[in-house]
Amino acid sequence: MKLRKYIPFYIMLLPGFLYLLVNNYIPMTGIIIAFKDLNFTKGIIKSDWAGLANFEYLFKTPEAFRITRNTLGYNFVFIIVNLLAAVTIAVLLSEIKNKRCVKLYQTIILLPYLISMVIVSYLAYAFLSGQTGFINGFLNKLGLPQISFYSEPKFWPFILVFVNCWKGAGYSSIIYLASILGIDQELYEAAAIDGSTKWKEIKYITLPLLKPTMIIMTLMSIGRIFYSDFGLFYQVPMNSGALVDITNTIDTYVYRGLINLGDVSMSSAACVYQSLVGFILVMFANWITRRYSKENALF
Amino acid sequence: MISKDEKNFQLGANLAMVIVSVVMILPFILLVMSSVTSNTEITLHGYTFFPREFSLEAYRHLWHERSQILRAYAITVGVTGIGTLFGLGMTILYAYALSQPFFPGKTFFSFYLFFTMLFNGGLVPTYIMYTRYLHIKNTLWALIIPALLMNAFNVILVRTFLQSNVPQSLLEAARIDGAGEFTIFGKVVFPLAKPIVATIGLFIGVAYWNDWTNGLYYVTESRLFSIQQLLNNMMKNIEFLSQNANIKIDTSSIIGNIPQATVRMAIAVVGILPILIIYPFVQKYFVKGIAIGAIKG
Repeated sequence: MKLRKYIPFYIMLLPGFLYLLVNNYIPMTGIIIAFKDLNFTKGIIKSDWAGLANFEYLFKTPEAFRITRNTLGYNFVFIIVNLLAAVTIAVLLSEIKNKRCVKLYQTIILLPYLISMVIVSYLAYAFLSGQTGFINGFLNKLGLPQISFYSEPKFWPFILVFVNCWKGAGYSSIIYLASILGIDQELYEAAAIDGSTKWKEIKYITLPLLKPTMIIMTLMSIGRIFYSDFGLFYQVPMNSGALVDITNTIDTYVYRGLINLGDVSMSSAACVYQSLVGFILVMFANWITRRYSKENALF
Repeated sequence: MISKDEKNFQLGANLAMVIVSVVMILPFILLVMSSVTSNTEITLHGYTFFPREFSLEAYRHLWHERSQILRAYAITVGVTGIGTLFGLGMTILYAYALSQPFFPGKTFFSFYLFFTMLFNGGLVPTYIMYTRYLHIKNTLWALIIPALLMNAFNVILVRTFLQSNVPQSLLEAARIDGAGEFTIFGKVVFPLAKPIVATIGLFIGVAYWNDWTNGLYYVTESRLFSIQQLLNNMMKNIEFLSQNANIKIDTSSIIGNIPQATVRMAIAVVGILPILIIYPFVQKYFVKGIAIGAIKG
């Protein structure tokens, strides 16, 4: 009798429960594929166990180091560059008095966040294309030699960091701006009476009070540092073979192994490698967040 | 009285933001300008912000080939509509149940949701399950079901909103009046939840509109291509050309007089146009949603 009144809640939970079961939980059990010598005619369960052989193969290839280095390296730089860009934009927006201008700036800087990476790759192509790109047209006018960006690895770390910042800075700046707007205005009024300069207000009031948000945002990014934006690393360099060494991350490696090479064993090993290390990092980041600010921790 | 110091600061800050805004928007302008430049000018001088010779031949060409584009559009619109509707329903119902103070098993259902943010099986098992066991390859389900319907982040946003905006006393009053839980949900909770429903609906809708990964993983038949996948496939053709750049093929002689360089840009314009048109009207819901997410993520 008592339980009956809760039945509607279970019915409400049911669709989401089933969806997560199919989309998330069943694939989790699929990590056993990495420990198998997969043979589809036998099926996943009946395939022979391979122990850690798949991982041995993976870590013997130079790829294993490269994709780890690229994933961690790029994410590390992204975290720092985006933090600087987003905080700068947020501070500027909070200080500008003309609210209509603020709204216009905000509308524009959030726009890149709303388009797909496929479109981003078109935008990048318009600038970088070898024969018809804007940059090469410009170099040509100046009488400088042309650059074939899509076969020159050395430019890509800069291009990817720029594109990532261009796409993501608007989103993060809104989060920081929301946090700045929560700061008690009386602090600024008191500072103004004491005759402080704008720069001092920013340095001694805004930035110190923004620090908790910065730390939490950074910790959340650190929790995701083993995952890369597949679209950024696959679409924007246009899957160019000449750039693979510098643009291959764990996510692109897994995809290429699975679809192009049909090499499930290596791919699934890389997949489990990512899931496990990613899990440890997320737990670690959450543990620190919890110690720092309990209400912002995931659990 | 505005001091000189303040005036200079305002000027500097606005100038900085104008520069940032210009950097953000320039690529879009280049895209649009390139799509209306004559193809010969682009092959000679490259994509440009200031075309000397305007031309709508790219759009004429797209109009000529409209059947495929309209089809892709219809698929994107349909998938976005269905996905958003069902995704939103699932998300809100799950979130509402979790926002209740007590029912047996609540801790389990919370953890069941949270855990998906901590650990996942990754692409390989997901791909094998969907293609080998659920057989969704080359069906419309492939564009709707994987990854996009519901995620823990959105559920948590809605749950937090409901906890702070729907007073339990109101629900208790309705229960005493003898209303069933579903009536309460429809008549009391849903009207109060409208702002968050708009925001989450937009998040899900944009995710569907922009999705190309499901198409890339699970769809190979061109009759099921969404607009993003159509764009993606055109990009692959460019890849082929750019990777064989040293073999100077005169593409115009092979494909006839298709204005290749401009058509590429024109179809990208067609792809983002709906977002550019709708975005200014719904911008405030986005900004609100992102800000809510920041306070409790």
